[in-house]
Amino acid sequence: MMPELSLNILDVAKNSVTAGATLIQIGVTADTAADQLKISITDNGCGMDEQTVRRVTDPFYTTRTTRKVGLGVPFFKMAAEMTGGSFAIDSRPGEGTAVRAVFGLRHIDRMPMGDLAASFCTLLQPNPEVDFVLTYAVDDHGFTIDTREYRAVLEGLSLGEPEVLAFIAEQIREGMRECGGGV
Amino acid sequence: MKSIAELKALRDQMQAKMNVRDSEDGSIRVVVGMATCGIAAGARPVLNAFVEEINKRGLKNVTVTQTGCLGVCRLEPMVEVMMPGEEKVTYVKLTAEMVPTIVASHLVNKQVVKEYTIGAAE
Repeated sequence: MMPELSLNILDVAKNSVTAGATLIQIGVTADTAADQLKISITDNGCGMDEQTVRRVTDPFYTTRTTRKVGLGVPFFKMAAEMTGGSFAIDSRPGEGTAVRAVFGLRHIDRMPMGDLAASFCTLLQPNPEVDFVLTYAVDDHGFTIDTREYRAVLEGLSLGEPEVLAFIAEQIREGMRECGGGV
Repeated sequence: MKSIAELKALRDQMQAKMNVRDSEDGSIRVVVGMATCGIAAGARPVLNAFVEEINKRGLKNVTVTQTGCLGVCRLEPMVEVMMPGEEKVTYVKLTAEMVPTIVASHLVNKQVVKEYTIGAAE
């Protein structure tokens, strides 16, 4: 079990990297009036066939050969469903995968978001060639971090450089503070 | 929020430094287990602590990478340190607070921190 939703995001988005995605979009949207928190992870990786999609929420299914359990997706699904929320995966071979989870925003069992900036930068650090887009919004306030914009500015410098990662992390933390402290 | 102009300034600073860095090799590898087991046990702050500490000390010959499950989930967060000509050292049950000791002792001074290794834990 993960102690933070941002760790679930990290774990599930790493599957997108493994799937060969070149663009991974992470969406975090809170709607306080509707008491909902929506998290989505969408990629343009290799995708999955219908049979595999049905099995990925089974903790005893994995594509790994070293272990017979795969807990990342089941953990995320459980975290959503225990707050009265829902979980869905849409995937097509050759096109990509979209994972969508809805949480009860103020439900007592909803995990805190945790350090989303650290998760985002942990994804970037070993995968500077992959583009990530983070869209974060709480009601009408929000921001977007798009590594494609940074790549254009950096002129060949790696997105995985510690100084660049620290810059992006601080930008995300500032953005979350400007959204009323985040969720 | 920080602006693109600030990123450009950072880029210019870094480009000056990169000319020095390009002449050195990343011969020491620090590999952090980042599968579900590692992440759940606290690998993210450990990884970030390595990146920060190595950057703070200006160690140009160290590469920090991530891998999947290192095989002993109950001992996560686990980190492998690989130095040229040396046997691989596996550190277990790490926290971010233990990282500066490993960087100073092992990566800089070539002294394995034995009490943090898998050999001491098992």
